Order: sequence, then C-alpha cells, then structure tokens
Amino acid sequence: MDHTLLNWIIFIPMMGMAAILLCPKRSVGLIKVISLVATFIPLVLATWLYFVGFEVGSPAYQFQFMRPWIYSSSEAMNMKVNYHVGVDGISLPLVWLTTLLLFIGVPASFGIKKGEKAYYALLLLLEVGIIGVFVSLDYFLFYVFWEIMLLPMYFLIGIWGGPRREYAAIKFFLYTLAGSVLMLVAVIALRLETGTFSIPAMTEIAMRGDLLGTKLFAGGMLLGMKFTTWVFWFLFVAFAIKIPVFPFHTWLPDAHVQAPTPISVILAGILLKLGGYGLMRACFPIVPGAFDDFAFTLGVLGVISIVYGAYVALGQTDFKRMVAYSSVSHMGYVLLGVAALTEWGANGAALQMFNHGTSSAAMFLVVGVIYDRAHHRDLNGFGGLSQPMPVYWGLTTLAFFAALGLPGLAGFVSEAVTLIGAYNAGDPRFRVLVLISVIGIVITAAFLLWAIQRVFLGTLNEKYKDYPDINAREIFCQAPLLFLCVALGILPFYLLDWMEGSVEHWVSSMSQAIQIING
Amino acid sequence: MDLTFNPETDFKWLLAVPLIPLCGYVIQIFFGRFLPRKGDWLLTTGMAVTMAITVWMAFKAIAATQGGEGFFHESLDSDFGFRWLYATEKGATDPLNVTAGILYDGLGAAMLAVVGIVSFFVHLFSTGYMHGDRRYHIFFANISLFTVAMLGLVLSDNILFLFVFWEIMGLMSYLLIGHFSHDPNSHRIKQAAAACKKAFLTTRVGDTCLLVGIMIFYYHFQTFRFTELWEAAQTTVAANGGEYPAWMTAAGLLVFGGTVGKSAQFPLHIWLPDAMEGPTPVSAMIHAATMVAAGVFLLGRTYPLMSPTVLNVVTCFGTVTALFAATIGMTVFDIKGVLAYSTISQLGFMVAGIGTGGLGLIAGLFHMVTHAFFKSCLFLSAGSVIHGCHHEQDMRKMGGLRKKMPLTFLAMLICTLAIAGVPLFAGFYSKDKIIQSAFMKMTHGGLLDGVGLFAYAGLLIAAAMTAFYMFRLIFMTFFGEARDHHVHDHAHESPAPMVVSLLVLATLGMFGGKMWLRDFDLMGAKGTWFEGLTSEIDDGHHGHGSEHEGSVGEAFSIDRMYPGIAITEMNTYVGDSAEHFQESLHAGHTWAMRGSLAVALGGILLAVFIYLLKKADPAKIAAAFGEMYTTVANKYYVDEFVNATVIKLQMVLARTFKWIDENIVDGVVNGTGKINRAFGFMWAWFDSTVVDGVVNGVGAVTNMTGSLVRLFQTGRIQQYASLAFGGLLLLFAWLFLA
Amino acid sequence: MGLEAYVVVATILFGLGIACLITRRNVIYVLMGIEMILNSANINFVAFNRFNGDGMDGRMFAIFVIILAAAEAAVALGIVLNVFQLFGTVKPSDVDLLRE
Repeated sequence: MDHTLLNWIIFIPMMGMAAILLCPKRSVGLIKVISLVATFIPLVLATWLYFVGFEVGSPAYQFQFMRPWIYSSSEAMNMKVNYHVGVDGISLPLVWLTTLLLFIGVPASFGIKKGEKAYYALLLLLEVGIIGVFVSLDYFLFYVFWEIMLLPMYFLIGIWGGPRREYAAIKFFLYTLAGSVLMLVAVIALRLETGTFSIPAMTEIAMRGDLLGTKLFAGGMLLGMKFTTWVFWFLFVAFAIKIPVFPFHTWLPDAHVQAPTPISVILAGILLKLGGYGLMRACFPIVPGAFDDFAFTLGVLGVISIVYGAYVALGQTDFKRMVAYSSVSHMGYVLLGVAALTEWGANGAALQMFNHGTSSAAMFLVVGVIYDRAHHRDLNGFGGLSQPMPVYWGLTTLAFFAALGLPGLAGFVSEAVTLIGAYNAGDPRFRVLVLISVIGIVITAAFLLWAIQRVFLGTLNEKYKDYPDINAREIFCQAPLLFLCVALGILPFYLLDWMEGSVEHWVSSMSQAIQIING
Repeated sequence: MDLTFNPETDFKWLLAVPLIPLCGYVIQIFFGRFLPRKGDWLLTTGMAVTMAITVWMAFKAIAATQGGEGFFHESLDSDFGFRWLYATEKGATDPLNVTAGILYDGLGAAMLAVVGIVSFFVHLFSTGYMHGDRRYHIFFANISLFTVAMLGLVLSDNILFLFVFWEIMGLMSYLLIGHFSHDPNSHRIKQAAAACKKAFLTTRVGDTCLLVGIMIFYYHFQTFRFTELWEAAQTTVAANGGEYPAWMTAAGLLVFGGTVGKSAQFPLHIWLPDAMEGPTPVSAMIHAATMVAAGVFLLGRTYPLMSPTVLNVVTCFGTVTALFAATIGMTVFDIKGVLAYSTISQLGFMVAGIGTGGLGLIAGLFHMVTHAFFKSCLFLSAGSVIHGCHHEQDMRKMGGLRKKMPLTFLAMLICTLAIAGVPLFAGFYSKDKIIQSAFMKMTHGGLLDGVGLFAYAGLLIAAAMTAFYMFRLIFMTFFGEARDHHVHDHAHESPAPMVVSLLVLATLGMFGGKMWLRDFDLMGAKGTWFEGLTSEIDDGHHGHGSEHEGSVGEAFSIDRMYPGIAITEMNTYVGDSAEHFQESLHAGHTWAMRGSLAVALGGILLAVFIYLLKKADPAKIAAAFGEMYTTVANKYYVDEFVNATVIKLQMVLARTFKWIDENIVDGVVNGTGKINRAFGFMWAWFDSTVVDGVVNGVGAVTNMTGSLVRLFQTGRIQQYASLAFGGLLLLFAWLFLA
Repeated sequence: MGLEAYVVVATILFGLGIACLITRRNVIYVLMGIEMILNSANINFVAFNRFNGDGMDGRMFAIFVIILAAAEAAVALGIVLNVFQLFGTVKPSDVDLLRE
C-alpha cells in the first residue's frame, strides 16, 4: 500500500531548486520558467489527489508512504525514525492550498529584481518544508520539515524585505525558533515516554489514556504539574506562535510589513495554517486530557485574538499592518472553534484555515499592487483610487468583503460555522465567549470599510490620477483566490465533504479520550 | 389559465426567479460594458420575465386562498432543495446537514410579487434616470444582484439563508449608496463615500445581533428551518407551562436587533437618511420598498419565536421610531430627506403593528406591501423631479412644478394620498388596521394596556404628522410660485420609461391595497387580498372571508401563515375569549377608523393652511418652537451623540489596544530580546575573564614549570652525556643492588 | 685466554672513551671518544660471538658498527667544520644553541 504520489508533491519543488542552482545566475528567464514548472506540477498532482485519488469522507490517512529512515541495530540506540507521510481530510485541503499559493507566488514575484536565483531556489525550498509538515505522520520528520521551512523564510524576509527587514527577519526567526525548541523538548519527551515517533501511534496511546509520563518522572509529575500538561503547553506555545495567538503575535505584523508581497501572501496564506494544523494534528490528540483542562483558556485566547486583533487593526495607518492584524483576528476563530470541541466548531476551524488562506492572501496581493505603484502604504495618503483603477477597486472590494465574512463568500461560512460550533460547546462559558467575539465581526467590517473609503473612495488624490489599472499578471494572481472565495461561499461542500470524515473522527475520538481520561 | 400550485413544476419556476437576474448579473459584470446600451436592456428584460413569474405565482396563491384554503408550500416536502454544507447524504437527523429550500406561502407570494414588480420598474426607471452615468453598466449589475438577494431572502425556507441574502443585500446597498463616491463629477463624492460605509456598519451592528439570535435558537432547537423552528417554539412554550422561557426572550430581542438595523428603527436608523446619497432609483428600491422591508419580513417569519415581552419591546421601538422620524420629517427641506424620514416613520408603523400581534401582524406586513408600492413611487417621483430640475434636491428652490411635470405630479399626489391614509388609497387599508390593532391591544383584557395606549396614541400622532409633512412636500414642490427661476425654467417632464414606471406604481399605490371598485368595499370591511393570503376568517361555516358581511372575521386567526402552530394560544391577545375579541374588534375598527381619518384630514388641512394658502409663515412657527425646533431639525443630535460616544469609544479602544500592542505586548517581546542581549554581554564578560582566565591560568602554570625545568637544559652536549652516563650508572647500581 | 680478558679490555676502552667524551674541550677529541666507545662495543660483539655463538651474528654487527662509525665520523666532521665557520670555535661548551 505504498503510494509515492506525496513524495513527488514534496520533492518536485526540491528538484526544481536543484535545477535552479545549476542555472547560470544571469538566465533569469530560465529560472522563472523552472520555478513555474516546479510549482505547477505539484499543483496538478495535488488537484488530481483532491478530486480523483482521495476517497472522500473517509477519516483514514490515505496515500501513505513509509520507509525506515534512522534506525540502528543496537536496540538501546535505536531512534526508529520513519519517513512516513500521508494525508487525511484535514491536511489535504491545506496541501492543495499550499501548492496553489506557491504557484501563484511565482508570478507574483516577477517584480523582484535582485538575486533571483537565490530567491526562487529558497521559494521552492519553502514549498518542500510546508508540504512536508502537512503530510508528515512521523513527529521527527514533522520537526525536520518544520525547521526546513523556517530557514528559507528567514532569508526571504531578511534579504528581499523592506527597510527594517533584518529586525523583522530575526524577530520571526527567533520567535519561531523559540517555539521549535519547546516542540523539540516535547517531542523528545514523548519519544522517551511512548517509544515511538509515529504521530498516529502516539495518538492511539494517548487516546487510550496510557500517556501518563510515568516512565520519565515518578508518578508522571514534574514540579507539581502533570507530564501531559507540560507537553501540552510546550506544544501549544510552539503552534500558538505560528497561528499566531495573542500574546505571541507581534512577530507577525513586522514580518508581514517587511516581507515582499509574495512572501506575505505565503506567510498569511499558509504558514499561519501550520499552527492551527499542528494543534489539530500534533498537539491536542496527543494530550486530550490536558486539552480538556485548558479548553476554556484556549477559547479565551482565541476570543482575545479575535477582538483585540480587530481593534488593533482599526487603529493602524499602515495598509499592510492592518491586513496583518486582521489575520490575527481571523485566526482567532480557528482556536475558538477547535477549543469548543464540537463538530461544527472543528469543521469551522478547518474551514476557516482554508478560507483565511484565500482571502488574506488576496488581501496581501491587493496591498502589493498599490505598494508597487505608490511605494508607500499609508492609508491616509491615498484617496479616490477607484477612479483611475476601477478593476483593482472591484477586486479589492471582493477580497475585503470575503475577509469580513460577508455571507455568500467563503469567510462567512467558516466564521458562522465556527461561532455556532463554539456556542454549542459542552462548556456553557463558551457562549459568553461567542457573545464577546461577535464584537470582532463588527470591528472587522469597520476597519476594512474604513480602509476602502480612505484608499478608494472620495476625492481623487491628484498624485495618483495616472496610475495604470491592475495588469493581467496581477489579475492572474488574484483571480484564483477570489474565485475560491466566491465558489466556496456558495458551495462550501467542496471543502466540507472532504474534511468532514476526518474532522468528525477527530472530534469523536477526542471526546471519547477525554471521557476515558476523566474516568 | 390553470391557477393551482403544482409543486413539481412551480418550485422550478420559483427557483428561476432569482436565477434569471443572477445570470444577468454575471453577464453584465463581465461583458456589460461591451454590450450595446451597456446592457441595460438585457437586465431589464430579465427582470420583466422575473416579474411575470412572480406575479403569476402570486395569482396562484391568491386563487388558492380565495378558494378558502391555506396556501403554504415548502420545496423540501417535495425533495427540492440545496444541500449547502454537505453534498453527501448524511441522514436527515444530522444537524450539520443544512439543506436550503423554498418556502412559498401567502406572505412570501405577496412579497415576492412586490419585489418583482418594484424591481422591474426601478430597472426601467433607471434606464432613463441614470442615462449617461459614468458607471452605468456597473449600476445595473448591482441593482440586479441586489434584486437576486431580495428575492432569495423572500424565498428562503430557513433563517440562515435568510441571513445570507440579508447580508448580500447589505453589500449591494453599500455599493449602490456609494455609487457616486467614484464619480469625479459628483459634488457629494465624499459624503457618498462616508454614507455607504455608515450604512453598512450600522446595519452590521444589527446583523450581528441577528446572527447571535440565530445561533441561540439553533443551539436550543438544532434547526434553521422556519417551520421546524415554529414547531420547536410551540413545544418549548407548551413544556414551559405556556410561558416563553427567558432565553427565548433574549434571543427574540437579538433577532429583533436585526430588524432594528435593517429596517432603520431607532436608534440604528441613522444610516438611512445618509443613504440618500445613493442614486434615487436605489433609494426607491432598496431604502423604501425592499431591503428596509426585509426587517419587517423577518419579524413576520419569526413571529412565533417572539415572546410577549419581545413583542412589547417591538411595539415600543416601532412607535418611538414612527413618532420620532415623523417629527424630523416635518423639518427637512431636502426632498429625498423628507421621504427618507417618512420611510423610517412608516417602518416604525409596520414594526409597531407587528408588535401588537395578531391582526397587527397582518396589518404590519400588509403595510410593508402597500408601502413598497407607494413609497417606491414617491421616491421615483422625487427622482423624476430631481432629474427634471437638474439634480436640485432642495424643496425651497422648487415650486410650481405642477404644470411642468404633470404626470409626475399626478403620480406623486396619488401616492401622497396613499401614505397619508386617505380612504380608497392603498395605504389606508393597511395603516388603519395597524392603528386598530394598537387600539385592541390597548383595551385588551378589559384593562388599559400601557404599551397599547402608547402605540395607539403615538401612531395616531405620527399619522397626523405624516399627512402634514407629505402634503408640505407636495405644496412646496408642485404648487405656489417658482422660487428659483433658474430651476423652474429648465424643469421638464421626464422621458417615457420613467413616467411609465411612475404611473404603474402609482396605480398600485391606488389599488394595491384593495380593488375597491370590484366589490365596492370602500372601507375594506370585507377584508383585502393580503388578509386572505395570510389570515383566516372563520365565520362558523366555511366560506370566503371577503364575501362575509360585517367587519373582519368573527374569529380571526393567522394560522395560514403558520400552519399547524397554535399561534393564537402562544403570544397574542387574540387568544382572549371570543366574546371579548369580537367586542374589541368592533370597537377597534370604529375607533381606529375615526381616529385615522381625523388625523389624516387634520394633517392635510394643516398643510393646506400653512403651505398652500400661506396663512402662516412656517419660519415663524419654527421660531415659536425655539429650541425644540432646532433639536428636531438637527435630527435630535442622534448622529452627533453616536459619533461622540460609540464611534469615539471604538476609536479610543482601537488606539489604546494599538498602544498596548506596540508598547506592552511587543514591548515584552523586545524586552525579552534586550534582556537576552544583556545576558549575552554578561556572559561575554564572564567568558573573557573567568572562563578564559582559567585557560590562561593553566598556561601560566605550565610556563612557570617550564622555566623551572629549563634550568637543567644547558645545551651542552657533554653535560647531557655525563648526565646520561650518570643515569646509566645509577640504573645499574639499582639493578645490582636490588 | 678466556672471555673475561676481552671484556676487561673493552671496559677499559669504554671508560677511556667516556672520559674523553665528557672531559675534552675540543670537539675532535669528543668524536674520538665516541669512536672509542663504539670500538669497545665492537670488541664485546666479536668476543661474545667467539665464545658463545656459533654463527656470524656478532661479527656482522661489528662490521655494521664500523661502517656506521665511519659514516658518522664523516658527517660529524662536516658538522664540526660548519659549526666552526658559524661560531668560530669548536668547544662544545660554547655551542649551547640547544638550550633555546
């Protein structure tokens, strides 16, 4: 039952990277073609996987591929690391989104005019890391890909970024690395405790209630806290930084503002999803008991992110910073939905990850278009741009309304499903959280519409009256994302049918495990 | 023609109703600018087909109810639905299985036809009014998509889809109000930009309440479908000893919050006057006939979920809005402003009517229908006037336009009479019933009901004011001397498509309430078509309500709207003893009739006295009221209050959070970085002194030892040799001696 | 004549050689001292071979030593000449560069 398809999806970009490294530095055209091809093939493969290969509705991991990787003949020294990949309904849409956004990211990068060879090589390496994280079923492999992804991002921000790129890149790097270290500690502890790196195996042990930490510490306690609690918080912080959840979010605006547009797109579109995905795949199912203990705290953090992120966005004058904070706000729904542990909530969270991936990516592309022309991002410095650039205005409006959760567009489905799920949570305190979080809905609408008003409506700023409208390349980048926003708003079952089997299984097994653990 | 409703085919026709304009929209948005005449004919034709279907379907509904039967169809009963969240079969019991279908009942039929008719004529009117506009094709695309949303809302059989369409309407309202915010030639470009944002955000507040309300109902009932919600509400109320549980009151209030936002009820009405920045056809369609009526429609759909407490609140909000907006309406000089406040006021009537329950529910919804006809006509007439006067909106600069624009004048006069509540005109039949219902609430149970009294008195006063300010508008615009000759000289009658639209809508303003010519029932005593669609009049033997002599019904019930729901036992005074109900009904009929006739007449006469005969100077009257007038003329400073409190608070919060984020949250991060750097320096010192000191110390010790040892090293070979020989001797000595 | 006589001669020669090596102030004499020590060793090799062994081992060693001594003397005299050129003296006590 070995399927090699996922390996191709992961490693074709790496082959592309190798090909680029072999290219002479000056043949930029060739490099771009290679990048396009090396991102397009995985997109095609992932599309095939999505619509043809994948058995819809099944909760199982599919297209698994496993080979022993780091083994030793000595039993004591045997790490038993496998190269084990596979997809289920939660990861498949995200894999597909990754391949799509990276493919879009290539033409969106055509404006970059320095060090193209290194840039595209790093971009492809980034794709390897991201897809690798999404499909890894072995915690060691997961960690390896997690780190692989970190490095290109650091250079992409640090070399091709804006004026304060070094600061932003280092902040991003250190912040994420701090999280990685916590994850590493937790992973090692889990390995010592369970004797395996395999995520499904760990999950199974944990779901039986057998993960107690007694092998590591006497009575499974360390400094008065349960082993699982330690693991939970270590992993949670590692992933929460990535989401990002308040108060671990401050790397995000800096990284976004300084990163070049396509990198912002990928950062907002996919990298943030790794956090949410990590929580669903590699944190909560491994420590369901601790999750149950702290579910409300997580919900509170989610709601703080929603409301607080929206308010901070309202106070921004930098276009890109505002969009960055809107990500903080929107990703709060993911945490809230997951914490509620209801079918609606978890589906909503999984959906929100995808839909935020399209809408926020579209918003960053929007900002990029205007930044390429005006070379500034001051919201108060524009005005009346809808007159010279009507098509651009139309696309922006669509992207913004998708982001503010207008029904009929994708954002609404995920937000509404999440909120309904949270309201239906077993813990009645979640209802209060939902009531607070709806403030975020209004404030989100406020800052987005205010931005539209300041940038596009009203009297035209004479400086910008000769600006050309959005060009074909820019439309080509935005069109698929906006199409997804509309299509998935009307036909959300194109995602939910795929996710539902896995998510339902996720929720029911988590609930069962919590029951077992709580006796 | 066969007028029986056939679920097999007719639901497909109904599905086509929103789909036709939707296809039109898609074509228009992508290719509109390349089409001849920028595609307006395409969308207008499409709307004509849509209108034909809606009217045809409405006749089916009326035909069915005229036969004495209820009319209530759900497409899910014939398995005609749209699986939204999941396309795969999950079993009907799965709560995640949101399946949307079509609900087509009397109310829906009436509303659908109204939307179809008004939309078509607004399209037609726009071909003239918007001629030469910079973004003509976009305008048509937008009103088309708006129509789609409104039609979809009316057809929705579940509250979630109602909400979806509700919000899409909000978006289209935003885009259409902001239509001129892209137009460099418009002198109100900034105001338009601000107005569209304000409209969306203000309604968004209400919409969010509605969403929460929906969530609460879903949490308890695990369904979005109206019919299931009603049944669940009935079961819950019955299980709770006939009382509504507290959470239903809370959720009901939240749902009503949606109405407050969308239907511009106090205090969220502030967006509607500003929304007049949009093109006039938009005001006619969205802000008079359809979108703002959606809030009222929502109340009609969710009525069984509303506890008596909620209904009292609804009544109070409605009455306050009706009164409050009417007072402002008397002081405004902008022709569209008057109509805007008049709309708010009339919406207050509808809401208050629904709040009084039973008969009032029907009357409120009926008023929504008739109001849609005459108010859209009024707006379009105002648009015609504005068009004729070259975009002059100030009534003080108009006057004497009667002769220049006779057809417009005719249409506007008919509709003014309708809104004033003059008998024979559409508004009379609905407004009168609202007041009647308020009276019945007041006297219900033999006690004087405070809310009912407030509603009755308040609505009567508001009705008087309505008559006054509407005739003030007529007299200032069409009568008297031309005040601004430049405007007057250039004034002209509008082109044919506009005038046709006006006249058709005016006809509906005339006969939309009741075809009184047909059975010569001038006072509407035999009931109207709308009452037949939605309510049942049981006179003991099964007959037709409209054929029965006497007043409306012997035992009145609204079961046709909520079949199978014992609605009268749940939350209305209609459940009183039949005897008292009869008394109340008759007394109400009499008193409401007298009252509303008197106030309408009074208001009109006052307007005639002041503005036509000029017996009194309005400025002096205004001055006599002093502060009070200033307050009213400044719209009670609600906008200023909201700006100074709510909006300011939000901005303060935003800045505070931004400051916290930059200085505290990020400060902690940067602080951690700094502390770590300080640690780094400390360790560097430690490293260079202590750690490296140890290393150097080891070196030094070695060095010293070396210096000591090197004393032996003279470099003289002979010395070495002698030492070696000496050593050898010693070795031998040790070997031999040991 | 027994083995003892040879050993005594060799020992005397060795003692003279050592004395010469240690005490003489001229490097030529030092070299001659070394030659004497080597030849004392040669006597021992040949004597022990004559009285104890039945092969040619000892005598072969002696021949090797003679050849090596010749080579050594040649090299050593060369070095001495260079040392004289560099230092202007052939006194071993004056040449103490090894100390550094």
